[in-house]
Amino acid sequence: MTPLIEVRDLRFQYEDGTQALDGINFTLHAGETVALFGANGSGKTTFVLQLNGILQGQGSVTVCGLPVTKDNLATVRSKIGMVFQDSDEQLFMPTVLEDVAFGPLNQGLTSQQAIEKAIAALKQARMEHAANKAPYHLSAGEKRKVALAGVLAMDPEILVLDEPTTFLDPPAQRNLVHLLSELPQAKLIVTHNTRFAGALAQRAVFFERGKLVADGTVQEIVQRFDWTYSALAPEDLRYLAQRRL
Amino acid sequence: MHHVLVDQWSQGSSPLHARDPRAKLLVLVTFLVALATTAGNAFPTLAVDAALLAAGALIAGLPLGRLLLRAMAILPFSVTFGIISWLAGEHLRAIALVEKSYLSTVAVLLLVGTTPLPRLLSGLEALGTPRLLVLLAQFLYRYLFVISEQAQHLRLAAACREGSSGAHRHGKFRAAAGALAVLFARSYYRAEGIHQAMLARAFTGRFSPLNPLRFGPADGFFTAVIGAMLILARIQ
Repeated sequence: MTPLIEVRDLRFQYEDGTQALDGINFTLHAGETVALFGANGSGKTTFVLQLNGILQGQGSVTVCGLPVTKDNLATVRSKIGMVFQDSDEQLFMPTVLEDVAFGPLNQGLTSQQAIEKAIAALKQARMEHAANKAPYHLSAGEKRKVALAGVLAMDPEILVLDEPTTFLDPPAQRNLVHLLSELPQAKLIVTHNTRFAGALAQRAVFFERGKLVADGTVQEIVQRFDWTYSALAPEDLRYLAQRRL
Repeated sequence: MHHVLVDQWSQGSSPLHARDPRAKLLVLVTFLVALATTAGNAFPTLAVDAALLAAGALIAGLPLGRLLLRAMAILPFSVTFGIISWLAGEHLRAIALVEKSYLSTVAVLLLVGTTPLPRLLSGLEALGTPRLLVLLAQFLYRYLFVISEQAQHLRLAAACREGSSGAHRHGKFRAAAGALAVLFARSYYRAEGIHQAMLARAFTGRFSPLNPLRFGPADGFFTAVIGAMLILARIQ
């Protein structure tokens, strides 16, 4: 079976000389949900921006059988729906409906078709009631759902979510888990939230200084790198308990 | 923010809201030209203009008192220049300056209070305003809220570190200047983020309108009748 995403020996250096990605190999198959873990600045976001050609490094990136090159960008960007960390950057149109219809219109659909797609996507994200609202009138959780609807309206085969739980309170995070678990697309989730990742992903990879250093189940990766959501390790807790005595 | 209320007004459903933005823009331009060329002491003409504005606000269902109150935002500027003209002995010009600037502001508020901004910008573009200017206005409007929120956060952060005695004026000025620089830098990074988000959704450099404008017979009738009333009032 052809993988949805196939990355071979991907390298990328920023203009200031920072080697952000250093020989990444990665494969994503249909139906898979993979969590991307790693410290801040380890290359996770840089990696996902390579998948739809927003950043382009050396090596090979193939999405749904198409190499990510300048000629294929429009098609590739229709296959990968990217939900950015800051929803305010993604919701730039004056109303929710116009924002969700932005992608379908760019895909060449007519206004009527784009509106139908947008309404269907808003229903899928349970945000149809907000169609005529301005994005700045929405809560953080609602903005995230509308941003998701904006990419769902383009019928992507892969969803990439960059830190999807940022700014969300626990109920909004739970809503998002439920919503995402119902979507059939393959998913890549960049997150520090291991509980959120564990609820959705079967597999996880770990980034360290631009390298993909581990690939396994979420539990394996969390244990191996002590990547728990708790800020303190058991020895730290013991030390603090002794200090209190 | 102040324009949130005007934004809410523009979502109404009166006959004036239903008019094509181009019709309203053409009537506004006619109004402004007629007003600008009216003598400061032509009180009957000015009264007709004011009555038309009041009628427009009532038909649109806008709260006239609040509309008139908001239009007073122009007065600090026009009254200043009015006082200067008055002191220079040009009493008629001083009065004309204040009354015309005020009526113009009410007219513009009536337009933006009955036309959602995206449609107003589409109307401007259809009437020949450069696309780049329209896009800039659209993004400025959209991100005004986000940037002002960031500015408030910076102000709060500065206030939290001011201490009980408060900073010296010099220190406050430096802090404000630094905050402004940070705000510019953040706005730049945000612009980059927005551009990336647009590219990710297959943007190729051209916005496609979702609701194309339609200039119907009712819009033509509205433009012709109100335009004729304004011109007749002006030449009499």
